[in-house]
Amino acid sequence: MKRKLLAMIMTVTMTGALLAGCGSSSSTAETPAASEPAAASEAAPASSEAAPAASEEAAASTETAETAPASGETIKVGIINNDPNESGYRTANDKDLKSFFTAENGYEASFAYSLKNDEQITAAQKFIQDGVDYLLLSAADTAGWDTVLQDAQDAGIHVLLFDRTIDADESLYDASVVSDMAKEGETAVAWLENQKLDEYNIIHLQGVMGSAAQQGRTGALDTKVGENDNWKLVTQQTAEWNAEKAQQIVQSVIDSGEKFNVIYAENDDMAKGAVAALDKANISHGVGKDVIVMGFDCNKWALEELLAQNWNYDGQCNPFQATYLDEAIKTIEAGGTVDPKVIIMEEKGFDASEITQEDVDSYGI
Amino acid sequence: MTNLKKIVGKQIFIPIAALLILILFNLCADPSFFKITLGTNSAGNPVLSGYLVTILDYGSELAILAIGMTLVTAASGGQDISVGATLAIAGSAMLKVLCGGATSASVMQAPVIVALLVGCIAAMLAGAFNGALVAYFRIQPMVATLILYTAGRSIAAWINNNELPIISDSAFTVYGGFIPGIPIPTPFFIAALCVLAAWCLLKFTTIGLYTQAVGINENSARLNGINPEFIKFLSFVILGVCVAVAALIKISRLSTINYSVIAKDIEMDAILAVALGGNALGGGKFNLWASILGAYVIQFLTTTLYKFNVQSDALPAYKAVVVIALVVFSAPTVRAKLTELSKKKSRSVQLAGKEAA
Repeated sequence: MKRKLLAMIMTVTMTGALLAGCGSSSSTAETPAASEPAAASEAAPASSEAAPAASEEAAASTETAETAPASGETIKVGIINNDPNESGYRTANDKDLKSFFTAENGYEASFAYSLKNDEQITAAQKFIQDGVDYLLLSAADTAGWDTVLQDAQDAGIHVLLFDRTIDADESLYDASVVSDMAKEGETAVAWLENQKLDEYNIIHLQGVMGSAAQQGRTGALDTKVGENDNWKLVTQQTAEWNAEKAQQIVQSVIDSGEKFNVIYAENDDMAKGAVAALDKANISHGVGKDVIVMGFDCNKWALEELLAQNWNYDGQCNPFQATYLDEAIKTIEAGGTVDPKVIIMEEKGFDASEITQEDVDSYGI
Repeated sequence: MTNLKKIVGKQIFIPIAALLILILFNLCADPSFFKITLGTNSAGNPVLSGYLVTILDYGSELAILAIGMTLVTAASGGQDISVGATLAIAGSAMLKVLCGGATSASVMQAPVIVALLVGCIAAMLAGAFNGALVAYFRIQPMVATLILYTAGRSIAAWINNNELPIISDSAFTVYGGFIPGIPIPTPFFIAALCVLAAWCLLKFTTIGLYTQAVGINENSARLNGINPEFIKFLSFVILGVCVAVAALIKISRLSTINYSVIAKDIEMDAILAVALGGNALGGGKFNLWASILGAYVIQFLTTTLYKFNVQSDALPAYKAVVVIALVVFSAPTVRAKLTELSKKKSRSVQLAGKEAA
């Protein structure tokens, strides 16, 4: 009896929540658009049918934006990002976007976060229905975006990608602000080559396999190891951006007694895990020590390790994309097109022997 | 024969057998696995190193969690899948105290015991939340703990305003490293203390008996004057304490925290430890020592796989094989078949046993 009652209460609340969700979305769809297409979207919330309804209303709102003078009018942007808790990089990225796309800078921004592609696509559909002028997107997954971006284009919404590229036709977006991960890897490997060691015995800690950062940063090192006989990978393992896993992997190599003199970790967290294992086993690391430690992402604490000469190298992965995005939007607002479509951000690599406190303050995230 | 049957019939036989298989495998593959060397660490203190020490070191958090998970399993007949997320909450609260609310600190702003207490309170509150849902609202444990499983890591991030606090005080690394002058990793001592505490709890209180009674038959336990709701609730709170202690070790290892990945999927390992210990996942009788041994066996497996350079993202697949083997062997139909088989072949087994002796 009790159970039945509980089940009933839960069912009621769940349907209630569902209805509430429906209600709010349909009401937002109704207010700006003509009643007929809104009714259509209400009757069939499937994306394909809802799209034309959304497109009309969105076209209407973009029209008002066009007729109004470009300056002084707020620009509506919908920003779809990954979960800011994912990493320090993402936190900095989100902070940068939030502090830039404000009313003072002439923007009205709404945000949606998810690490899942399908949730991001749903958020994109919602933004299209809401009639944003620009859709800024950092996709969780590279595939599956064609339909929804086509909907956006039909609705006259400009799509700007940031941080991550997608597998879709280039005509579906207006610009893409990205880091060149392969170049990051090349810069780091070139730096490592410049250290002129007799032998390179490398512990290679990879990120989540298949991610753009992992592929780019692994690619450069793999090529180099293939070309040179004195470059050797002691172990090449994915630690999935995870410091704990990195610590265990390095611990395992130490236990095996194999010699190594370079740790090439594809992000700072994994480098930190590796260093924790080194410290435990009394293996010295840093400038002029036994093991060279390399990381990526330029977290503030990592740069401080560089400053303290405990690490040797940190490659930047620029999270400050707001200004690049703003520039692209300004270009489009002025009636131009962004050319070339792919905007590659400037990125640095820091050497522990040259880094200054100033660098830590301005580039640390 | 009767002796052999007695040994095989004992619950602790399963983890011991698993351990022996792993040891044998490593002996055949590479005996250097068992080498232990005495060295000095960067602070100039003597430390032991080798794969076996690594197992004792990294298996400790899991052993601590296995204690609480065994009690929860026995009392409620279900598992807590929010352990990893609760661990993130406790770790986050501890670092907030240790860093004094700042994002980084070069010295601890509060004694570790205070931080541990705060972490304990946070984890016990989470445990109490889960326990209340399970005991008083009678929601299935896996469904009830799904709430914190989903929300826990975000709560952890919220505690520190999405910052990742870092503490660079070498005194704090003791808990996940070595006590100066003692060559055995500290986590092992912490685990030993927890085991001792659990032993005292079972020995000097009636909680063990009550837990089993509730797990076996709730109604008859009630008729005997036991309050089943409270026992279930209590088991979740005890798990909370275990989580807080494990969190201290985890954050001390790296002196920082990453909410989304700290102790990722550790709940699955903890449940596996309980299963490997031969405990019925449906509640009732339990054997704490078998679970603890099961936890170290899992770490033994993990370390072995790392040694053979198995890709770390493939580790779950190997654990899955263990789970499948366990489930198959503990299935009643398979058991019945096996006993039938052993009865038939008891003679030949007896002969073989004599030959082996």
